[in-house]
Amino acid sequence: MNPANYIVLSAVLFSIGAIGVLVRRNAIVVFMCVELMLNAANLAFVAFARMNGNLDGQVVAFFVMVVAAAEVVVGLAIIVQIFRTRRSASIDEPNLLKY
Amino acid sequence: MSEGINLGETIVFWVCAGLATLGALGLVLSRKAVHSALWMALTMINLAILYVANSAPFLGMVQVIVYTGAVMMLFLFVLMVVGVDASDSLIETIKGQRAAGVLLGLALGVLMVWGIGSALAGVAPAGLERANEIDGGNVQGIARMIFTDYLVAFEATSALLITAAMGAMVLAHRERWAARPTQEQLSKARFLSGEHPGNKPSPGIYARHNAVDTPALLPDGTPSELSVPRPLRARGDVRPVDHADMTEIAEIEEVDAT
Repeated sequence: MNPANYIVLSAVLFSIGAIGVLVRRNAIVVFMCVELMLNAANLAFVAFARMNGNLDGQVVAFFVMVVAAAEVVVGLAIIVQIFRTRRSASIDEPNLLKY
Repeated sequence: MSEGINLGETIVFWVCAGLATLGALGLVLSRKAVHSALWMALTMINLAILYVANSAPFLGMVQVIVYTGAVMMLFLFVLMVVGVDASDSLIETIKGQRAAGVLLGLALGVLMVWGIGSALAGVAPAGLERANEIDGGNVQGIARMIFTDYLVAFEATSALLITAAMGAMVLAHRERWAARPTQEQLSKARFLSGEHPGNKPSPGIYARHNAVDTPALLPDGTPSELSVPRPLRARGDVRPVDHADMTEIAEIEEVDAT
C-alpha cells in the first residue's frame, strides 16, 4: 500500500464535507460538515508528518484540534442564540441583511 | 523506503478508510440531524484509529477525548436544545444550488485526489522512528516541540480557549428584562384569559388503555381532543378509539337493566 492513500482518503473526506456544507440547510449539520473538513485536514497533517519524518505536522494537527474545539463552542452558542430569537435552525432563515 | 507498510496496517487502513467514508456519506445524506451526528461520531473514531496507525498515538487519544468525547456530545446536546425534529427544508432558496454544490464538490474531490495521487505516487515515507527516538517517544517529542518551538502559539491557544469560553457564556446567556411573575399574577392571568382554568382531562379516562396516546372518552363516547398532548396530535400518533368498548358497555347496561 502506498502511504499517499492517507492523503487521498483525507481529500475524499474533505470533498464530502464540502458537499455537505453546500447542500445541507440545517445549521448544525453544516457545522458538523465543517468539522469533518477540519478532521480531513488533520489526517493530511499527520500523514505528511510521517512522510517527512518530523513531528511538526502532528503538533500542527494538535493545534487545529484545539482551535476547532474553541470554534465549536462559539459556533454552537451562536446557533442556539439564533434559534432562540427566530425559532429555526435553517441557514436560509437569517436573511435580514439581504434587503 | 526506510519504513515499510506491513500487511496489518494495510488491512487497518482499508477497513477504517471505508468506515470513515461511510460515516462521512451518512453525515451528508441523513435526513435527521441526530443520525448525522452519530455518523459523524463513527468517522471520528475511525480517524482516531488511523492516527494511531500513522504513528501518532497521542493525537489518536486526543481525537477520541476531544472529538468523540467533548465535541460530539456538545453537538448532540445542542441538537436536543434546538429540537431533534429540526430537519432540512427541501425548498431551494437559490435555484439549482443543490445540483451545483454537488457538482462542484465532486469536481474538487476529483481534482484533489487526482493531483495528490499522481504527485505522491512514488514518494517513500521517511517514517517517524528517528524523530521519536530523539526524545524517547512520540508524546515526549510532541511535548518538547510544544514547549519550545511552538511556545508562543501554545500560549496564544490558552488565550483563545479562555476567550471562547467567555464568548460562549455571553452568547448563551439570556438576560431577564422583566421581573418573574408571582403566583398571584399567574393565577389572575389564567382566569382573565377566559379559558377553562382547571386541568385538562387526563388521557385514557373511560378508555381501554391509559397510555398518553389514548384519548379520554366523553360521556357520549366521543374522544376528547384535549386529553392527548399536542405533540402527539401533531405527529398523528393518537391511538384510534376502539368502539367495541362502547358496544360492550351498552350490552352490560342492558343486562343490568333487565
